[in-house]
Amino acid sequence: MAAELHVALVAADREVWSGEATLVVARTTSGDIGVMPGHQPLLGVLESGPVTIRTSEGGTVVAAVHGGFVSFADNKLSLLAEIAELSDEIDVQRTERELERAKAEGDAAAERRADVRLRAAAAS
Amino acid sequence: MGAQLRVYKRRIRSVTATKKITKAMEMIAASRVVKAQRKVAASTPYAQELTRAVTAVGTGSNTKHPLTTETDNPTRAAVLLLTSDRGLAGAFNSNAIKTAEQLTERLERDGKQVDTYIVGRRGVAHYNFRERTIAESFTGFTDEPSYADAKKVAAPLIEAIEKETAEGGVDELHIVFTEFVSMMTQTALDARLLPLRLEEVAQEAPKGEILPLYDFEPSAEDVLDALLPRYVESRIYNALLQSAASKHAATRRAMKSATDNAGELINTLSRLANAARQAEITQEISEIVGGASALADATAGSDR
Repeated sequence: MAAELHVALVAADREVWSGEATLVVARTTSGDIGVMPGHQPLLGVLESGPVTIRTSEGGTVVAAVHGGFVSFADNKLSLLAEIAELSDEIDVQRTERELERAKAEGDAAAERRADVRLRAAAAS
Repeated sequence: MGAQLRVYKRRIRSVTATKKITKAMEMIAASRVVKAQRKVAASTPYAQELTRAVTAVGTGSNTKHPLTTETDNPTRAAVLLLTSDRGLAGAFNSNAIKTAEQLTERLERDGKQVDTYIVGRRGVAHYNFRERTIAESFTGFTDEPSYADAKKVAAPLIEAIEKETAEGGVDELHIVFTEFVSMMTQTALDARLLPLRLEEVAQEAPKGEILPLYDFEPSAEDVLDALLPRYVESRIYNALLQSAASKHAATRRAMKSATDNAGELINTLSRLANAARQAEITQEISEIVGGASALADATAGSDR
């Protein structure tokens, strides 16, 4: 069995997902970063983007994360986000409407958020 | 029915109605306390992880950051006071306001100018009535604060602390809120949020844990830059939630004693009403007996 790391994806007001994983890919301000078991202790700033977690059962969990941090130590990875949604929680139609509205209003931040959500939903 | 009895009956009716209302408010508050407590619990993992991260950066790197270093002689301080929008919560608001006033006094004695930020209509009303200046106020969400509300409150405070003191910024940030200790105990207390006392933060983190040497991505300064506002927001969010829970607990207690009081009042009034009814009956009987004997006396007299 491959080595595992414990992942906790935590939003400001709830714990979104936690469990064992073999690989976590997240987007930091200086680019995508992949964390595998035994990585050196790390503390990074996340950009809004999708986070991919490969669970030890072989499944994949994708979440849209907007701003936050990733910290890794002692084989424990914490993803702290102000807002985090699992891909299956995302309402694609609503997000598409949001994307259109954001485009129409020229709201770059909202557009990016909706885009990240859609990509996370599509990736799973 | 006699006038006296009617008055008692009317008062009993009105007190019964009041009792029903306070009982309902008590039960609503009780269910809200549970909900608020659940929210506090749900926000704990985030706050804990964030505290760990802040401690890690603060102790693991030698970066000097405006948010962690103390100014040599601080001249301005911001105080954030959390009150509730609605009253009927016993001494909840007045305790928080009193604590804030003591803190303000202490800061002013140290020669600092104090800017007051207030959450909740009660606190705003208190300060407006005394014509004190409020730097900024926020109302309308104290019963069920969301993270977005906490962000809204934190934004001007973070902005103020990042500004130079000469340009209207502040050196220190204090918060006054009501800690939810238990269903029966809530204490108003003040805490300094910024500059951080790292030793204090470290104490909050789990004991006996050696913090690893982190690799910072992209750099320690950038991480700290991004981390500290989030830390302030999460602390304010936690304080808002605790204040909400405390407020509901205080309301529950106040309403419980109001209900008890109403029950007692109803008891006393019914006893008085019973006595009045008895007195009325007694009087009626004595009137009838008196009338009858007067009639008997009269007829006996005419016979003679």
